Amino acid sequence: MGKLIRLKKGFDINLQGKAALKLAQSEQPETFAIKPTDFHGIYMPRLIVNEGDIVKAGSTLFHDKKNESIVFTSPVSGEVVEIKRGQKRKLLEVKILADRTIEYAPFTKFSTSEIANLTREQVQPQILTSGVWVNLVQRPFGIVADPTETPKSIFISGFDSHPLAPDYNFLFRGQEQYFQAGIDILRKFTAGPIHLNVHSKREIGTIFSQAQGVELNKFSGPHPSGCVGVQIHHIDPLGKSDVIWTINPYGVIQIGKLFLNGIYDASKTIAVAGSEVKEPQYFRTYTGAGVKKFLYDNLKQQHVRIVSGNVLTGTQIGMDDHIGFYDQLVSVIPEGDQYEFLGWITPTANKLSLSRAWGLFSFLNYNKEYRLDSNTKGEPRAFVQTGVFEKVTPMDVLPTHLLKAIIAEDYDEMEALGIYEVIEEDLALCEFVDVSKHNVQAILREGIDLIQNS
Amino acid sequence: MKFLREALDKAKHNFEKGGKWERYYYVFEAFDTFAFQPNSTTPPKGAQIRDAIDMKRLMMTVIISMMPCLIFGLFNVGYQHFLAIGQDTSVGEMFWIGIVQVVPIIVVAYAAGLGVEFIFATFRRHPVNEGFLVTGMLIPLVMPPDIPLWQVAVATIFAVVIGKEAFGGTGMNVVNVALTARAFLYFAYPVDMAGEVWTYLPEGATLVEGYSGATPLAVASGSVTAGESAVAALNNFGSGWAENIYTLKNMFLGLIPGSVGETSTLMCLIGAFILIFTGVGSWKIMASVFAGAYGMALFLNFLGGNSFMEMPAHYHLVMGGLAFGAVFMATDPVTAAQTETGKWFYGALIGILTVLIRTFNPAYPEGIMLAILLMNVFAPLIDYFVVGANKKRRLKRATV
Repeated sequence: MGKLIRLKKGFDINLQGKAALKLAQSEQPETFAIKPTDFHGIYMPRLIVNEGDIVKAGSTLFHDKKNESIVFTSPVSGEVVEIKRGQKRKLLEVKILADRTIEYAPFTKFSTSEIANLTREQVQPQILTSGVWVNLVQRPFGIVADPTETPKSIFISGFDSHPLAPDYNFLFRGQEQYFQAGIDILRKFTAGPIHLNVHSKREIGTIFSQAQGVELNKFSGPHPSGCVGVQIHHIDPLGKSDVIWTINPYGVIQIGKLFLNGIYDASKTIAVAGSEVKEPQYFRTYTGAGVKKFLYDNLKQQHVRIVSGNVLTGTQIGMDDHIGFYDQLVSVIPEGDQYEFLGWITPTANKLSLSRAWGLFSFLNYNKEYRLDSNTKGEPRAFVQTGVFEKVTPMDVLPTHLLKAIIAEDYDEMEALGIYEVIEEDLALCEFVDVSKHNVQAILREGIDLIQNS
Repeated sequence: MKFLREALDKAKHNFEKGGKWERYYYVFEAFDTFAFQPNSTTPPKGAQIRDAIDMKRLMMTVIISMMPCLIFGLFNVGYQHFLAIGQDTSVGEMFWIGIVQVVPIIVVAYAAGLGVEFIFATFRRHPVNEGFLVTGMLIPLVMPPDIPLWQVAVATIFAVVIGKEAFGGTGMNVVNVALTARAFLYFAYPVDMAGEVWTYLPEGATLVEGYSGATPLAVASGSVTAGESAVAALNNFGSGWAENIYTLKNMFLGLIPGSVGETSTLMCLIGAFILIFTGVGSWKIMASVFAGAYGMALFLNFLGGNSFMEMPAHYHLVMGGLAFGAVFMATDPVTAAQTETGKWFYGALIGILTVLIRTFNPAYPEGIMLAILLMNVFAPLIDYFVVGANKKRRLKRATV
């Protein structure tokens, strides 16, 4: 039986423009792109294709130089139209002009009963070469899983508690058999359990409630209860030299489709949401889709910030850019590059705050939906221990001390204070609430990189 | 406000790198960000939205929480003054005396402190810290009402330079800046900070017959040699010119001589309510200071020995600066213990030490100042153990 874990600490950010539970009728974007920068732990991607090459869905675009078995494949079939590079010729993006109908690279198909008899050695090569492998993310460090490791358990978060998060029941409706097949495959990778975690106060779709071969755990409480790192901390904490894999339900389904249908199916449902979107709703598309089709004519104004992912952990993108590999949400918020006269003292009910400090009235109305912009709302300052980090970190981790250890590049301290247990999303709320306006997630990733490469 | 924004934008380039007043950039920035919340936006990766709170708003909240103490203090300075010279007068008059006496102290504290802040910001090239907005208000509240203004200035400068800037500014200081100012005066100019200085008495004022400016703590401490119970000594104090001035109720209300803002336990509790409600001050520290002091006083009651030790424990909570220190000084987020568990120990030890110093230090019957300064120094040690325990829990898990 799974566990019930009640979390008290945290903070739900209630924003305007939640996606309505309906699928928009829209044309598919013309281009799709895979960005090596979306993947942690991949430092040197080596290109396999050139501009002008024709690829199928599931054809390799590039692989990891350090571990050539980890490959990154095309989500759609078409022509490689652009290879974007940055400083020092760093590979930024491989862009594909999609065919009207998608041609799939062939992979071996199995029936449900055949899957049951397969071993890890038999399934792993297909998972790797098809490109679905990169859905597996390894803790510690939040990097693409190492194919030579055996994790002590696998974690799947069955809900997203981030602001404007898509509803998983809607995203994965009707995918029950693929999800189950994916779970059956994943069970071959670990002797330990597969933990599937759901929220006790939300509706649990049949895809999760009927899943076999998983431990179904329930969490209650505000964000970050949906962050898989927090869930690991409470169910099966990571010790030194332990390895756990995490995977989004989307990845599980993709593995299932790979084996049941024999194709690399990168189709996904994404939510387009946020206060500046005229009609926030869901779109059916493919991994790495260009966002312009979904946003053009769908914005209330043009001075906006488009974010691939959610507003706590996401990445700013442009109108002509593409959604990130792991993202199932595009958020659009107002850009906040304006001055505000006496903005630091004016009483307001329109700004959200965890605190009830002078003039901040958001605590009076918990159900209000806010329209927040990208302004930092203050200047960077030295750390002042106001206790807010502790209020939003439902883990036995001391965020301030950990961050100071990272800044001081003290490896032993970082390790002792639990850097193995957290990645950016787990501490993203600290960045939101920080009175001193530090870029907490950037500092944390710096620390993770330091310790991983030490 | 467009006009002001345009003027600032126009002037800005002079202060930026390469401009003619480049070195004064942070001075300019301080004024700019004071007038306008800056237009800076979040980085492209990470949290794209931020909480509306910033250091300025946080500090403003603390200042607001001190207002009840300040306003009551203005009144009480006048009230004590007229009590001592035996005149009956209107509340307005009392406030007026208080304003005349206290406002210059506030102005001097802010001017001296901000002056140092700006100089350091210019030479050390760091932003002007909002922390001083609070310190500048705390300092006047812990000064005797007739402190010479030059001493306020010297103490403030000393505190900001040695207590804070030497360590790198707000966020890095080890001891509470306002208390450093007070301790500096206490050790450098003991004559002006001890004895009967707690009531504003201009030179040549005619005092009422039988007047004594002894504070409740001095009276309670004095009861040991007089051989009467502390409560009786307090209740009998002021007979003939200020009946019942040191009753429990009066001390709770704060109608007693003392530093400008610290006499009223009631006003401190209102401040505490504001700090706790807004989440700015740590209720754990406040509660544990009171609990520690009460517990220690109970223990001394149990031991017995002299009349001060036998004084009922709850008297300690309303006397002297305990409440003010617990609410406004001990909770300073920079110098207090930084771990949630550590805050309990930190606060409790402040309370315990305060009562210990009060009862056993014959020279100076007020203990909260030294207790907090001492615990400021020990707070990192408390944290060290709490953090150590966290590490151990993690280590234990690894071997299982």
